[in-house]
Amino acid sequence: MAIAVRRPMTLGRREAIWAYVLISPWIIGFIIFTAGPMVASLFLSMTNYDVVNPPTFLGASNYVKMFTQDRQFWHALRVTLTYAVVAVPLGLTFGFMLALMLNARIPGVSVWRTVYYMPSVVSGVAVAILWSTLFNARFGIVNWVLSWFGIKGPAWLSSPDWALPALIIMSLWGVGGGMIIYLAGLQGIPTTLYDAAKVDGANAWHQLRHVTLPMMTPIIFYNLVMGVIGTFQYFTNAYVMTRGGPVEATLFYNLYLYFNAFSYMKMGYASALAWVLFVIVLLLTLLIFRSSAAWVYYEGSLKR
Amino acid sequence: MRQTLVLGRVNLRGVRFQSILLRTIIVLLLAVGAVLVLMPMAWMLSTSLKEEGAAGQMPPQWIPMDQLTVQIEGRTCYIYDIPVDGVVRRLALLQKKGATGTFVNPDNLEERYQLPVDKGRRVSVVRLHWENYPKALTSVPFGRYALNSLRLVVITTIGVLLSCTLVAYGFARFRARGLGALFIVLLCTIMLPPQVTLIPTFVLFQKLKWYDTLLPLTVPAFFGNAWDIFLLRQYMMTIPLELDDAARIDGCGPLGILWHVIVPQTMPALATVAIFHSLWSWNDFFGPLIYLKSQSNWTVALGLQSFNALYSRKLQLLMAASTVMMMPCILIFFSAQRLFIQGIVISGVKG
Repeated sequence: MAIAVRRPMTLGRREAIWAYVLISPWIIGFIIFTAGPMVASLFLSMTNYDVVNPPTFLGASNYVKMFTQDRQFWHALRVTLTYAVVAVPLGLTFGFMLALMLNARIPGVSVWRTVYYMPSVVSGVAVAILWSTLFNARFGIVNWVLSWFGIKGPAWLSSPDWALPALIIMSLWGVGGGMIIYLAGLQGIPTTLYDAAKVDGANAWHQLRHVTLPMMTPIIFYNLVMGVIGTFQYFTNAYVMTRGGPVEATLFYNLYLYFNAFSYMKMGYASALAWVLFVIVLLLTLLIFRSSAAWVYYEGSLKR
Repeated sequence: MRQTLVLGRVNLRGVRFQSILLRTIIVLLLAVGAVLVLMPMAWMLSTSLKEEGAAGQMPPQWIPMDQLTVQIEGRTCYIYDIPVDGVVRRLALLQKKGATGTFVNPDNLEERYQLPVDKGRRVSVVRLHWENYPKALTSVPFGRYALNSLRLVVITTIGVLLSCTLVAYGFARFRARGLGALFIVLLCTIMLPPQVTLIPTFVLFQKLKWYDTLLPLTVPAFFGNAWDIFLLRQYMMTIPLELDDAARIDGCGPLGILWHVIVPQTMPALATVAIFHSLWSWNDFFGPLIYLKSQSNWTVALGLQSFNALYSRKLQLLMAASTVMMMPCILIFFSAQRLFIQGIVISGVKG
């Protein structure tokens, strides 16, 4: 400020200084906790760092090993992608259908909304513990409910074939989070569009197909991207409920990375895993973005 | 029914009937779904109040019940309702030989009968075992864990609110060269998987001797996070610039405007950030798992996870502890429902 007294600053200059002072916490944080560690982890990914000994440079050998010799890496990738391909679309569909139903003029809307949203505010270890008891083969109520329909439920979490489906079923309990986002979007669709459709003789199905669905594609798209990214962060449930088992049936990518870094102390290799994960997420996101031109409708944009 | 009729928009009789039918189907579907959605929590609550023997029963017992027993000749005997010569009597089963049992009147031990056991029914009474809660919470130092979790929640929430407000204000209200590019960098970091920075950050905190303290979990909160900055900035953009001008004329500097105009106007968004961050921090498992080693530093999430390993056979205690961990989230949800919905509208749709 001493400078300001001697040589009055231009308004623009002063504004710029204020801007950078205000955002400085983020800039410092970005350098210390994001940019710096990113460079460091790229370096570590080419070493055999194990916390105790100084890292030795290995070049690309971690990556070569991962792609050519590491069976568990491919397995973890398969588990994660399976979950993404099944659980994410299933969650999107259920969330969307729920939102459609709650957008209808039915009694007690706010009560229904509360009931369906509530599971999404609880998460983490308590939920994982609750669901591991619900899936218990002897006293779990999942199999009890199935028994109403004459189905004898499997041993879920202790069965290599059923552990992953169990986690997918469990994920449906939390569709309320997506539902609320859809609901907000549905309420933002101008009623004039429906009126216009009705004038053209559209029935309920036509309105859903040609008005609601196109108008909702940006939100579906958003939920899809977030869902896929989220799958690669999947950790707590797999760690608490199955530890990746039985027989690696639920060895999610993030869990495998954790084991490498913090159980086997292979920090270099884990860094390589992290970078491959980053590239995969980037590619998937780009893929979804590229495909979006074909199916996401943005208001005000001209269709080519 | 009357209400739905009035609300019906289309007047054609057939269409109106159709829409009533449709709504009825929707309500039925929602009701079935609601039962399924609520069942896990209901089971958890009821199990947390059961006696040990009743906790793992199949079919599940929804209302916690105790089976009545009585001490006779140093033995615990179950009480039965059983017909004797056509009259149902309440007797204790003293001994069982094959299908017949020796039943005795607990008030008059001389009065004994030989009766087929399968004709009788064990007597249960509703009893809520509230003592499961103190039992679960004192078997491990839960108070200590809760205190650590609470400290984490409070400190990081303050940190996030402070830093994100400042940064969002900078991005929303000031022009400077390079600011636009930096904002795009910020948006990109939302998509960045945290694993990419995980290991060097861990090593950094270890070198700083912060391992096994709360610092690695609290300090980064004071440097803002991309998602909340984005949300607050979007919200601040909707505040009319005229308000800033009015404050400037009244002699407010940039910080004055932030404090007197922006913060009061941004309250709903700030409340949303505070609530979502508190929930996230309370439930966070990964951070505490890698940074906290000694039990005295554990959070509720870590404590519950080890409790799960130790007490997996005491279902009622496990469910009591899980209920305690979920309860704050549910209470916050019910007391701030409007903010939840609002926050999702801000973050989800405009994003």
